[in-house]
Amino acid sequence: MSSDCGSAFIDLRAITKRYAGVTALDCVDFTVQPGEAVCLAGENGSGKSTLIKIISGVEPATEGTIHIAGEERTVLNPRISAAAGVMVIFQDFSLFPNLSVAENISFATQLSQHERFYKSGATRDIARKALDRIGVEIDLDARVEALPVAQKQLVAICRALASQARLIIMDEPTTALTEKEVRRLQSIIRMLKDEGVAVIFVSHKLAEVLEVSERVVVLRNGKKVAEGPAKDFDTQSLTYHMTGRDVPEVPPSDVTAGAETLMQVKRLTKADSFSDITFDLKVGEVLGITGLLGSGRTSVAKALFGLVAPDEGTIAVDGKPVPTGDPQAASQARIGYVPEDRLTEGLFLSQSILHNVAVGRLDTHSNRGLLDMGNLAGEASEWLTKLKVKAPDVHAPVQSLSGGNQQRVALARWLSRAPRVLILNGPSVGVDVGSKADIHDIIRNLATQGIGIIVISDDLPELLATCHRILVMRDGKIIDNLDGKSVTEDDLAHRLAS
Amino acid sequence: MKQHTTPRDITAAPEFRLFLIAALVFGLMSVLSPDRFLSSQNLTSMAFQFPEFAILALAMAITMMTGGIDLSVVGVANLSAVVAALILTHFSDPSMPASQSAVWLCVAIAVAMAIGAVAGLLNGALVAFFGLPPILATLGSGLVFTGFAIAMTGGSAVMGFPATVALIGNAQVLGVPVPLILFALLACILHLLLTRTAFGLRVTMYGANPLAALYAAIDINRMLLKVYVIAGMFSSVAGLIIMSRANSAKADYGSSYLLLAVLIAVLGGVNPYGGYGRVIGVVLAVLSMQFLSSGLNMLQVSNFARELIWGVLLILVMVINTHAITALRRSAKPAS
Repeated sequence: MSSDCGSAFIDLRAITKRYAGVTALDCVDFTVQPGEAVCLAGENGSGKSTLIKIISGVEPATEGTIHIAGEERTVLNPRISAAAGVMVIFQDFSLFPNLSVAENISFATQLSQHERFYKSGATRDIARKALDRIGVEIDLDARVEALPVAQKQLVAICRALASQARLIIMDEPTTALTEKEVRRLQSIIRMLKDEGVAVIFVSHKLAEVLEVSERVVVLRNGKKVAEGPAKDFDTQSLTYHMTGRDVPEVPPSDVTAGAETLMQVKRLTKADSFSDITFDLKVGEVLGITGLLGSGRTSVAKALFGLVAPDEGTIAVDGKPVPTGDPQAASQARIGYVPEDRLTEGLFLSQSILHNVAVGRLDTHSNRGLLDMGNLAGEASEWLTKLKVKAPDVHAPVQSLSGGNQQRVALARWLSRAPRVLILNGPSVGVDVGSKADIHDIIRNLATQGIGIIVISDDLPELLATCHRILVMRDGKIIDNLDGKSVTEDDLAHRLAS
Repeated sequence: MKQHTTPRDITAAPEFRLFLIAALVFGLMSVLSPDRFLSSQNLTSMAFQFPEFAILALAMAITMMTGGIDLSVVGVANLSAVVAALILTHFSDPSMPASQSAVWLCVAIAVAMAIGAVAGLLNGALVAFFGLPPILATLGSGLVFTGFAIAMTGGSAVMGFPATVALIGNAQVLGVPVPLILFALLACILHLLLTRTAFGLRVTMYGANPLAALYAAIDINRMLLKVYVIAGMFSSVAGLIIMSRANSAKADYGSSYLLLAVLIAVLGGVNPYGGYGRVIGVVLAVLSMQFLSSGLNMLQVSNFARELIWGVLLILVMVINTHAITALRRSAKPAS
């Protein structure tokens, strides 16, 4: 090994990556020393995942040089990269849920040793050693799917260690962890660093990992815009560098006094998912629902729109009960749902803007007889103007639009139905900063028009900028009902993860 | 409606490629065998030959638009034909006056169509409510339909129809073969259904992204039922044409039509993963296949070699189309 003291484990020079004309990374230098923890910060689309893909050999760089452990790598693929000790732990951990803890930890190691037969003893030895190294007790024979999130993450770390990791890249490591679990992760990271293992945190929420990191690198639009010792950064300066501007957002104006109740949700319960969800939504009110990943916030959102059938509980709009577990019934009650994952759930990417908007309006046109396509096109282009979508015309396929514009098309589909209740799950996930502020404007505007809006998000500034009231969920229950004006971001973060 | 179609759009459409292929095959066959291929006798005989499998291809196409497939089309066609034939041979006979046998013909047609609808309903229910993969659901149901037809006939052909039956498959109206008229009618109906109705838009959208269709509150089950019912009824029409042209019905007629129908739909540009397909493409593909088939026949290529050619063609078209689709995706991929 040629990694003498002082020479970097990873040394990227002037890395540029282009995808079909789009520059995802523009001349970025990036180094990681052995035993160093680096925060790689940036918004969605800033190029941080591209950078990770290049380091781990998934994508080749268009230009630039790569040194790993002192050796120049002109050809890199995931296997070469892994053999050099680069291990990536993705947000979903990529574990085998149906296998035991021991098998998951030692699987990769045994494969790389070209073992042809399954050896139960060796499997357990490797796993035991890795667990001992970070001082954690997990039942070796437990099936991984039965473990809580934090333990799955530990299994993934052990798998990386068992494969002789010299650099562990962790993608959004803290989104699903409670404060206590974050502290344990921090102490494990410190231990790994002492042993010379380097760590890269990839995240857009960095407060928790900032204190165990030496250095911060911020990417924006494919360029490195800031780099420095971690102690020089705080949440606010990070946000500034990530977004390129201070985004002052006006909180929503108050709900009209005496506004009527629009939606009533009573004792909504689904086994192993959420329980006893009860709340009211007023006309013109924006209600936030937040919680960690796995807190049940998305299941509740889906249940409100009939995509998940609750075991018990009722939903009523304008006093009329809405049958649960039936999206068509929800949509007839004029509830709209813009899902979290635009690309797979929200939009028909290959189809035109017209089709994507019109699909929400088909039942208002006669089901028998022919559609008035001209009318539908007129309606769609009206919405494009109203929501300021940048698109050549309504016949352009949705996949040709940017994230922010795609989200507006998804919104237009429901808005064209004149909804009473609009449920927005992660309304600004993956959209650029400017669009994000615009979408928040749209949300506040819609509320003043008397639509009841439910925003499901773990983006705390977003919730504070749009919501009158915020419900906090943990383990499938609502644990707090907060006034949007009187709560601070820190307070909210604490309630979320305590 | 303002359609932004320019000459360039038209030449860029996959259907334009098909038009070229059809013209090319037609030209090639005309050059290779000008006297026979271009004879009015050959042209008429082609117009009688292709509608039966072309209608099966339309049935195939609409199921493919949803990302499904209907492997039971030939089974449905034969079952419908066998039942219609049994009705005709039981209740009417060749000596009956035409007016009376026409009534029985109408009854037979109605029952055949109903069988197509019920068969389609079964397929649709298996796919929609039981969530079976369409390829397996219809493979199984196709065997069941064929099995019923065999059980009813003992596997032998049913014949001895009144003369009116020949109207469906062998007559001409103003010199245009009736089967061709039926095909043209069904093609127009399907085209309108797919492009100008809410149902058609839902089919396309579901085919493009089933999950997003669920989130858009589309009544997916109802839509799938309709799709397979339409496919079943189209198959019944094809079955009746086959029955009339063969002047008999049998459980295993048209066994080569299944592959042909899949081939034509795919050749016609219908995306077998769903979300794209145009009737005009299917029509052009039908013409190409018929020109090729007739031409090969005239050049005295063996029937066995023809099956081989169909198979190679299917794989070739799939490879080209899949390649085109991935290339398209790659160029349209947004930056991550």
